[in-house]
Amino acid sequence: MSAPVSRFEAPTEVDAAVALLAGEEGARVLSGGTDLLVQMRLGAGAPPVFVDVKRIPRLTAVQLDANGLRIGAAVPAAEIYENESIRSLWPGLAEATDLIGSTQIQGRATWSGNLCNASPAADSVPALIACGATAVIAGPAGERRVAVEDFTTGPGRTVLERGELVVEFEVPAPAAHASDAYLRLIPRTEMDIAVVGAGVALTLDDGGTVTEARVALGAVAPTAIRVPDAEAALVGSRADDAALAAAAAAATAAASPIDDKRGTVAYRKKIAGVLTTRAAKIAYERASAR
Amino acid sequence: MAKIRVETTINGEETEFLCSGQESLLEVLRDGLGMTGTKEGCTTGDCGACSVVVDGRLVPACLVLAAEADGRTVETIEGVADGHRLTPVQQQFLEHGALQCGICTPGFIVAAEKLLEKNPDPTEDEARYFLAGNLCRCTGYDKIIKAVLDAAAVMREERA
Repeated sequence: MSAPVSRFEAPTEVDAAVALLAGEEGARVLSGGTDLLVQMRLGAGAPPVFVDVKRIPRLTAVQLDANGLRIGAAVPAAEIYENESIRSLWPGLAEATDLIGSTQIQGRATWSGNLCNASPAADSVPALIACGATAVIAGPAGERRVAVEDFTTGPGRTVLERGELVVEFEVPAPAAHASDAYLRLIPRTEMDIAVVGAGVALTLDDGGTVTEARVALGAVAPTAIRVPDAEAALVGSRADDAALAAAAAAATAAASPIDDKRGTVAYRKKIAGVLTTRAAKIAYERASAR
Repeated sequence: MAKIRVETTINGEETEFLCSGQESLLEVLRDGLGMTGTKEGCTTGDCGACSVVVDGRLVPACLVLAAEADGRTVETIEGVADGHRLTPVQQQFLEHGALQCGICTPGFIVAAEKLLEKNPDPTEDEARYFLAGNLCRCTGYDKIIKAVLDAAAVMREERA
């Protein structure tokens, strides 16, 4: 067995977790560990202290009421998409969550880990942005709320200050005729990183006209991005071909991806448009059916 | 730095061990407790060879810290058979010859047992997607998937 390098702490209260994180340079939050422990194995080294947050009741709680969802930051992906109420209210968000890694990874991985790891290709992030989710952050100065779209500041960088951690997410309840969808493209059928991900949430009036749209793209910029021009193209329409084409053009224009082995810039920009169209169609059909 | 004392339940038996903070459950199972049925493949959560069940959830033991297991229940491949009596999943793996080198087999069986607990009548697609995180580098997946689907049929018959 290897010599001790790291301490392991499993506080049962948020304040205790904050004190541990603030108290030691390099202290790391352990929720699912599916990024943290992988980075450690790949050479990042073990942190001086792991702060396992899964014993804090607030971080594993799931509360659903008329206002929407309040869900602890340490709830694993599998528990989220197995929840029938979540699947029916936010089907796109559930789908994005079900796309993260394998069944085994989903037994561990969390939204907060996906967000705090700050990969541009994180699957849950565009879906959370489309649904208007907010991260609740606890830290030495108390609590603050940050919209998921404002949370990531660059690859691997977030708004979190020393001593802060995400404690829960708030997802507002969808309106009467509202729904969402998330699609991603990968070169295989399963177990890969997004070339492009697109999350769309639409709210319709009784006549089927879009009154509110939220469009978010992953893997085409240093962080997941919202696409206001695509949203504007959809609002006032019934997601007809002309509106979808305008939304696709806006998504293609907004994408500023990198060239890598998963796809070229031109390909990613085109796919950003294609997935935006398809996700918008699905979200529209779902919203109409509610 | 002092070692951490962990009290946990493994395959129904109360177990105690000492570990370092950065040590994985996989390392403690294999090197500390001599339970070498759980295999080490990639150690980065990609291959599924170290699949175990912690508090009812299928997880990669390489991405669980051993200290996290305190007060929780752990199920490994060693706890799947009832003594010498194999489960239908294990029996079908034998009958289909669904293994070659065998390194992936314990992980596949632990994962397949969980699949059939959740979904007693999976389609081939459902089985393939559920098991997509278990990699086999020898025989390929055809025999494995057939073994899992046949085990599902046997289990449904047993229950009928």
